[in-house]
Amino acid sequence: MEENNKAVIILFSGDMDKVFAAFTIATGAAAAGMDTTLFCTFWGLKAIQKGNLTGNGIMGKMMGVMNRGGLKRLNPSKFSFGGAGRIMFTKMMNDKGVSPLSDLLKTMNELGVHLLGCKMSMDVMEIKREDLIDEVEDVVGVATFIKEAADSKIQLFI
Amino acid sequence: MDYKGDLVQDSIGQLCPMPIAHLAKNMRSMAVGQILEIHADDDGAHADIPAWCEQTGNEFLSKVDSGDYFTYFIKKVK
Repeated sequence: MEENNKAVIILFSGDMDKVFAAFTIATGAAAAGMDTTLFCTFWGLKAIQKGNLTGNGIMGKMMGVMNRGGLKRLNPSKFSFGGAGRIMFTKMMNDKGVSPLSDLLKTMNELGVHLLGCKMSMDVMEIKREDLIDEVEDVVGVATFIKEAADSKIQLFI
Repeated sequence: MDYKGDLVQDSIGQLCPMPIAHLAKNMRSMAVGQILEIHADDDGAHADIPAWCEQTGNEFLSKVDSGDYFTYFIKKVK
């Protein structure tokens, strides 16, 4: 692999459609031989959560219920309709043979995409390391992201 | 032009980014000089497969109309 052949993507959004974009681009970058990192922060943590209830205090627990993570619970950014949009979108994508997010996640792992969680937003939202899926390599801060980004040919914020 | 693929990848029915993801995985398992034969019917693949080759420094050999799908031949250069 070439020196400095890196790509880094910040996944800030927890919207199904944006997670799709992030996973697809990460897969494409890794497929092209780039050392690819997906840095998940704030709502984007939902994409790398196991999906169990989270939180310690009352507010954190409320957040854990209302903003419960896991790939299967993500709603599209438009036409959400309280969950109906997710079912509609999933059906439309299945009918066309688009791979579900769970398959893309598996493919990203096979291609060696690094998954990182943002420690600060995990603290704010009371999400623990063990609430994240096992594929997550580490929980880190902004300095790690900047170091990776400064060294990358592609930097995206989704 | 037709070539003989050392490995055949069936990507019929697959949509972006799966043909490319499988292509990358297959190429990793192959030796330099070997040819990968890809069967794909996704309309995006005609642009994506040559683009992948250019990006990674591998050789795009040809695209052949096989009726319901296209057959792409690429050669592992590195």
